[in-house]
Amino acid sequence: MSILLPRPPSRRRALRSIFNGAAVTLALPYLDCFLNENGTALAATGASIPVRFGTWFWGLGHTPGRAVVDKRVTGRGVDFLEETAALKPYRDKLSYFGNFTMPLDGNANYTHFTGWVATLSGYVPQRGGEIPGTTLDLLIADVVGNTTRFKTIDVTSNGIARENYSARGTNSRAAAEVSPVALYARLFGPDFVDPNQAGFQPDPLIMLQKSVLSAYTEQSKEFLKSTGAADKARLDEYFTSVRQIENQLALQLEKPPANEACRVPQRPGEPSVDQLANIREMGNVIDTHKVMTKLLTMAIACNQSRVFNMVFTDNFGNVRRNGESYTHHLVTHEEAIDPALGYQPLAFWFGQQCMNGFAYFLEALSSIKEGDGTLLDNCLLFASTDSNYARIHSLEGVPVYLAGKAGGRVKTGLHVVGNGTPITRVGLTAMRVMGVPRETWGTNSLQTSKVITDILA
Amino acid sequence: MRRLIVRMAGVCGLLMASSLALVGCGPREPVSEGAPADMRRLTEEQYRNTIADLFGPTVTYGGHFDPLTRIEGLTALGARIAQVTPSGFEQYYASARSIAAQVVNETNRQVLVPCTPASPNSADDKCAKQFFTKVGRLLYRRPLTAAEIDVATTLAHDVAERRSDFYQGLAFSLAGMMATPNFLFVVDSTEPDPNSPGNVRLTPFARASRLSFLLWNSTPDDVLLNAAERGDLYTKSGLDAQIERMVGSPNLEAGVRAFFTDFLNLEKLETLEKDPIIYPAFGARTTEDSREQLLRTITDHLVARNLDYRDLFTTGRTFVTATLARIYKLPVDRPDGGWAPYQFASDDPRAGIMAQIAFLAVNSHPGRSSPTLRGRAIREVLLCQKVPDPPGDVDFSLFNDPNSPSKTARQRLTVHATAPACAGCHKITDPIGLGLESFDGAGAIRATESGETIDVSGELDGKPFKDAAGLAKVMRDNPAVPACLVNRLYAYAVGRPAGRAEKETVAYFEKLFAADGYRVPELLRRIAASDAFYKVSPARAGTSAQSGSTVGYAQKDNPS
Repeated sequence: MSILLPRPPSRRRALRSIFNGAAVTLALPYLDCFLNENGTALAATGASIPVRFGTWFWGLGHTPGRAVVDKRVTGRGVDFLEETAALKPYRDKLSYFGNFTMPLDGNANYTHFTGWVATLSGYVPQRGGEIPGTTLDLLIADVVGNTTRFKTIDVTSNGIARENYSARGTNSRAAAEVSPVALYARLFGPDFVDPNQAGFQPDPLIMLQKSVLSAYTEQSKEFLKSTGAADKARLDEYFTSVRQIENQLALQLEKPPANEACRVPQRPGEPSVDQLANIREMGNVIDTHKVMTKLLTMAIACNQSRVFNMVFTDNFGNVRRNGESYTHHLVTHEEAIDPALGYQPLAFWFGQQCMNGFAYFLEALSSIKEGDGTLLDNCLLFASTDSNYARIHSLEGVPVYLAGKAGGRVKTGLHVVGNGTPITRVGLTAMRVMGVPRETWGTNSLQTSKVITDILA
Repeated sequence: MRRLIVRMAGVCGLLMASSLALVGCGPREPVSEGAPADMRRLTEEQYRNTIADLFGPTVTYGGHFDPLTRIEGLTALGARIAQVTPSGFEQYYASARSIAAQVVNETNRQVLVPCTPASPNSADDKCAKQFFTKVGRLLYRRPLTAAEIDVATTLAHDVAERRSDFYQGLAFSLAGMMATPNFLFVVDSTEPDPNSPGNVRLTPFARASRLSFLLWNSTPDDVLLNAAERGDLYTKSGLDAQIERMVGSPNLEAGVRAFFTDFLNLEKLETLEKDPIIYPAFGARTTEDSREQLLRTITDHLVARNLDYRDLFTTGRTFVTATLARIYKLPVDRPDGGWAPYQFASDDPRAGIMAQIAFLAVNSHPGRSSPTLRGRAIREVLLCQKVPDPPGDVDFSLFNDPNSPSKTARQRLTVHATAPACAGCHKITDPIGLGLESFDGAGAIRATESGETIDVSGELDGKPFKDAAGLAKVMRDNPAVPACLVNRLYAYAVGRPAGRAEKETVAYFEKLFAADGYRVPELLRRIAASDAFYKVSPARAGTSAQSGSTVGYAQKDNPS
């Protein structure tokens, strides 16, 4: 007797069953639950456009007084300065969040670490290297990311796979993709199904893979019997991961919804020997970011995932400029403040390159047309960093940007002033916009229930 | 088989002519409490070694696995708490599919599948069962249960019938098997201890896994599993025979490499870059070769020649390629890119592993050396001492003086020694690191910096030295050096930090290490033959594998 599992019910079959009154308790896939409330439709297909969430990370904050004009009251218009000049064309497509606080409740400031952990997880680490909670991208992915091929896509431009700011805890941190060639293979390789192709035929091998995986998983549950409590929790995460891959495989058995914005990109070329030897030279970081951005944004447009994470430079600023002795990080600490300029010129240059990279990412999202707008309009992009003024590791006023209109759910073009309220309000607001049913977020003094209503449409 | 002459210094007072003479005299092993059984995720290297051992080196695959947390200086301890994320599982499964397809391809099936099916176009349960019984035992590191064999065979049958391809059936089922927790996690399976009612002990197969991953960093081979199956690993003679076989095997080098890769944090080399304008001779190949140079030096010294661990800090013997020779400024030209042995003169400052590129360059900045980073690495990695992180609110204006006349690192670091906020930590790093200032940030030798002669004198815990060779000698004679190695190797072996209750156990191994002339293979034998290595305590209610651990891999923020 075969132990291959039957094909899982498709969405269409599930709906039909429900309408026939045959299976009222059958849970629907999440697909339709979080679509654009405004009902924006793709011109060609009439299908609703999903809202996506992404993070974009850069290391080492801003140069004080050179990034964004400080304000005391929330209002329209972000006044960009020299370091953020590249963002001016996107003034109406993003909001800036300044003057929020990050109280540490007596814990140490683990330099360049505490800041990003608190901003993205709502927890203040009590030890260096500790990530006490789940980052907001995964909390959002748990809600909106279950019906796409990938729950999240994690990418970094500076070649350090472990520097991925997406985690479910210290010991559950996925490696980011560092190679454009490998990213292409993963996103657009043999397992990719072009949503716009005619005559979809499900690959029977996918079905077999899923069945084999399910059968082994079922048997592996015996394994749980011989493990302790902590190991059971680790195995639970393993089984959750397996289920997700099973879901991915199941989704590949169905024709994905057509999307006119989806165009399979060209395979990137292999990096040169020189590039491989100098991955963290800022020019190469920028080039890698451009290639990765093209692949990532098209994967999003092709509905391969609803949640993504892009790291431009890591929290320790492990990038350099040719001819300079120090990395960005060391420059922020060792470079003297130019008395005439009033700031550290090389550190400023690094900061400017980061913001140029952010502008490039926004441009890439804006250049993909979806329905009446762009992919950026249907995204909520959370851009953050590890500190405000890296030279002194300051955590007060760590800058955050939210870009995109989330399918019309948020207003953009605002400078939002925190007035001493915790930075976690931005993350909570992002989660609520994305449909995460949370009343509060954050721990101790970072805990908040106050959504930033100024930006809600 | 190599025999060692070991001296049980101060204990027996006589020479003993057996490397395994562990009883009869010498310090008595303290009773160890052990720790509750747990499970460790295979490291990437263990995964690779296992695949190579099972299917041969021609089976390759790409991808990378979820990173491990470094705890108490070792990623091996992070394996004990590591989870499998969805994207991590995706990588495992993709690798498994790729490997399985290669195992059954037309070339490899002749060797790797132990039988020929009645027809390649349909299922053959007998042949499939034979294959999975053999391969599954090596993958799961124990014999498969009847139910496990049945599932593997039935899945292969179903796929083979649907695809009219016996080998595709094998490949699909094998890929699924390689994605199970039975393979991806090394589990401390236990059973009631008949010699100690109420307590548990590791099953023979769990003992085999401990032994194999410590000595070979790979899955137990057929001989070891057979010994486990016979119960040999519960008898002293049986266990000793396996240890002797494994320590005498060429595979020991893989085990020693794995430990030193972790212990010396060579993972950092994977992301090392030097500025090509400042250091034009340093490229990606330099990084790869420097790593290999260090590991070749270590295994040649410790395994091939079985020498005193402490002499690694002063040895002039090493291996170089033409790429490395450009930085070392040596007359070595190997157009084939191969390796050549090289002996530095006894008066050369290039003494020992701390004067190799892998250590010097990784503990430097992209375009400048760093006495602080080098001193910190010596303290934390080689001496197992903790250097506090700099305070978050440190005032950097102290050494941001653009008009500073400082030309050398020593002059620049004077600020550290005079500013109270900095001095506390920098005084334990900088005086050591300054001894290596005769090597620039890429590891090349130099006599001056910015036209000024470099003063490379310093001191380590009250022991003064004049130069890098002097520092090497001071390190070689520092009792904390072998003590650190023992501490880390024991933790690496048992997969967890040595707890307070094991202080005596670690001290016991330190004594044996000294008595054995600081020979690392001998230390591995001692640990592998000890009760402490296999000891597990009954699980406590609510025991968490994480509860006793310290997340000690804090990212460093070190400005100079």
